[in-house]
Amino acid sequence: MHETRDSIENIWGERTPYYGQWPERVDERVIEEPERWVQSACVLCSNDCALDIGVKDGCIVGVRGRAVDRTNRGRLGPKGMHGWIANESADRLTFPMIRRNGALERASWDEALDLIVRRSKEIVASHTANAIGFYTSGQLFLEEYYTLGVIGKAGLGTPHMDGNTRLCTATAAASLIETFGSDGQPGSYTDIDTTEAILLVGHNMANTQTVLWSRILDRLAGPRPPKLVVIDPRSTHTAARADVHLAPRSGTNIPVLNGLINLIIESGRIDRGFIDAHTVGFDVLAQTVAKYSPSTVEALSGVPEHKLREAAAIVAGSDSLVSTCLQGVYQSPQATAAACQVNNINLIRGLIGRPGSGILQMNGQPTAQNTRETGCSGALPSFRNFNNPAHVQELARLWNVDAGMIPHWSPPTHAMQIFRFCEEGSIRMLWISATNPAVSLPELARIRRILKKPDLFVVVQDIFMTETAKHADVLLPAAMWGEKTGTFTNVDRTVHISHQAIEPPGEARSDLDIFLEYARRMDFRDKDGAPLIAWHDPESAFEAWKKCTSVRLCDYTGITYEKLTGGSGIQWPCNEEHPDGTERLYSDGYFRTGVNDCEMFGHDLDTGALETILQYKAIDPQGKAWLRSADYHPLLEQPDADYPLLLTTGRVVYHFHTRTKTGRSAELVAAAPDAYVELSEDDARAYKIADGDWVEVRSRRGIVQAKARICAIVRGEVFIPFHYGYWDGDERPRAANELTLTEWDPVSKQPYYKYAAVSVRRIDPSELAENPDRFEDGDSRDILETLGDALKSAAAGHPETH
Amino acid sequence: MFIANYVELIERNETVLQESLLKVATRHQLEPDIRETCMKLAAWSGVHLSDLHPIRDRFADTAKDEPERVEKGLFRGARKGGLGLLRDLHDLYILATEVKLTYEILKQASEALRDKELLAFCDSSMKETVRQLNWIETRIRQAAPQVLVAA
Repeated sequence: MHETRDSIENIWGERTPYYGQWPERVDERVIEEPERWVQSACVLCSNDCALDIGVKDGCIVGVRGRAVDRTNRGRLGPKGMHGWIANESADRLTFPMIRRNGALERASWDEALDLIVRRSKEIVASHTANAIGFYTSGQLFLEEYYTLGVIGKAGLGTPHMDGNTRLCTATAAASLIETFGSDGQPGSYTDIDTTEAILLVGHNMANTQTVLWSRILDRLAGPRPPKLVVIDPRSTHTAARADVHLAPRSGTNIPVLNGLINLIIESGRIDRGFIDAHTVGFDVLAQTVAKYSPSTVEALSGVPEHKLREAAAIVAGSDSLVSTCLQGVYQSPQATAAACQVNNINLIRGLIGRPGSGILQMNGQPTAQNTRETGCSGALPSFRNFNNPAHVQELARLWNVDAGMIPHWSPPTHAMQIFRFCEEGSIRMLWISATNPAVSLPELARIRRILKKPDLFVVVQDIFMTETAKHADVLLPAAMWGEKTGTFTNVDRTVHISHQAIEPPGEARSDLDIFLEYARRMDFRDKDGAPLIAWHDPESAFEAWKKCTSVRLCDYTGITYEKLTGGSGIQWPCNEEHPDGTERLYSDGYFRTGVNDCEMFGHDLDTGALETILQYKAIDPQGKAWLRSADYHPLLEQPDADYPLLLTTGRVVYHFHTRTKTGRSAELVAAAPDAYVELSEDDARAYKIADGDWVEVRSRRGIVQAKARICAIVRGEVFIPFHYGYWDGDERPRAANELTLTEWDPVSKQPYYKYAAVSVRRIDPSELAENPDRFEDGDSRDILETLGDALKSAAAGHPETH
Repeated sequence: MFIANYVELIERNETVLQESLLKVATRHQLEPDIRETCMKLAAWSGVHLSDLHPIRDRFADTAKDEPERVEKGLFRGARKGGLGLLRDLHDLYILATEVKLTYEILKQASEALRDKELLAFCDSSMKETVRQLNWIETRIRQAAPQVLVAA
């Protein structure tokens, strides 16, 4: 065992203070000396740190950060240094299974795929492809998403395709579209290297992207450190380093951001020239925010007047500014409206598209950007507009299919609506890949009920027997990261390649191979009778994707596997004109809002109503950015006598998602073994709860039981991390999403995970309830028992290598 | 002068729209966005109604007779599930269109009368009626193909 640093103990590592060029620091952790290193990048958060996978005897034995890469300059976080052990976990899925007489039984690939193909054809014949839905991930590779996208959009022709990106990053996309006309992140991580001020809104970067946070910590330790403003109801590690920390009550991002914009405008530190030349909507914005004086903001949000003024002084007073937001915005009420206000701050100050100034509408997952780009999460591939006949026609030509085949007649179906259609029975087949809705979607009792529906044919494609996989009618074992080759893109548009380092276990196949094989067996054809999908491996899929991106904002045409191999990742757009990629978008102040360019014709931020092409033509801003404004609307589910507190959910630094990977690392499990309930001191006193007591949190939808942690959270709020489900846990209800609401932002359709009215009480350990995730009948208990020992050893943190 | 008839018609139509939005919100509890948005849109109609009060009082004594009600025949029967939702949204669209048309007509009259208060009321309310219509149409476009083809 060799490690360059203890990333569990010291999450962010030693400081390398700087201004300008971020110094290298190579983090490495191996359990044996590797025979060879294979280039890849980490998929355990959305930062996408470049790393090399150490391989010995056909097994992964460790990882090492890539110093040459612009994203991390050699650094890795605790999840990256430890999470790879999941590949070597003994309880991987290694053969397909089919549910027979109620129980999952081993099957061959032929049997499993034949069954899926037969059901697909039957359903299409009886109810059209509108009865088939796909729910994918932010964890697969670009090549896999694009293949799935073409299968869904041109092969079957179903409008029901989405990813779990709906839960993590849909608002990022929505706000970029609303403001700039198109998805596509304007900024660059290198903006952090010189900026004077950083505004983090609902973004606990210290936990969510530890290496990006190290970049900020290194700036703070170096010459000319930036000022930090953090908006977060919790006192996080991020907030602890802020010059000004604003802690608004849940659901009040809009008053705080409007108040901030109001003060910026009042200060006169706006860029009138930029506003006039490059934006529309300033007058309405100014009128709207004028209602949010510091005292009004304090009344609505609890943020003291003087604090808001201090924050405004920093944001208005700096000559460069990086603004970021994440789930505290995206998963809160008025998500898109609030994310747009963050865009507005940089726009009215004219601080975009140049070094030190940019916006990071942070993603939640490593490959979420690609889910969005390829059309697996709603929009058409390469940010094309489903409402624009010319865009649909371009795809029809590219794929050589009739334009009528491509779903464009209704808004793309978002994940929450896909599950609703499953619930009411009009979707009869749901194919879930690399995601775990039985723990990650809101209101889990409902999701379990839907997955158990006998008339819903559920295909699950995953690497472990997750809480969702147990519900599969057909379960396909997938190869994971390190066992297949592909590319993916992060928040500053850097594309990385991840090469195959080892073979997948048992009969597991890459998601790409599974999708390709499905397409072949479905015999999807183009207009001339040729196979619809002409590619056969990752590289040929990538080349096909490049054609789809030509002349679009996300132009990949200048990138090749060869170029991505050996050096740093490359930022799109990358083409003949920009062979080395492009550091920032919109440096010329020209945005993608023109009617022929834009990805959508805009939404009503309050209702989600879509504008039509005719309505848009009348107000076409022709390349100017939209300053979208919004008034505050109070929460629908307010705390009351029965449920007097507000729940918010989030991440811990040592885990990712539902811990399917990080839960297999002994060190990460030991560092964060179980769910807990954060309470303020005042509330703890009021409910007679001591630190470490068992408590029960109850909402109108379910209960969670966990131990209390008393800390500096805003009074009246309760926090539970969302990672913990049931595959390795106690037999008690502990998934935060037992409590959350089935409600979503009207524009981005991202669910509200950040508020739900709850009650809290101290309980005796004898009151611990039964596991709500258990199977009552016809379950896959046999399989679980066979896997039992492996599961136990993985949970205990002793994964065996094979 | 028959302006009062249309002032009254606005009041009736907005009231019917508001009640219908609330009815649809309650009836389709399992569609969370329907519940949430219909309640929001109903509140907008509520604001229009309270904005109307001072205007209605000004024209109160000029009303001639009862205008026709448009909502007869709408929202009949227990409507559940996908088709019920589509039919309810369909009816909401008709009601909101009626409201919009009533505002259009009243707006013309207010211009002929040079009644700035009435004109401003019609303009600001109708903007929101259009937003109500846009949402109903967007939601119909999502619901319709699924229920007609796949359900």
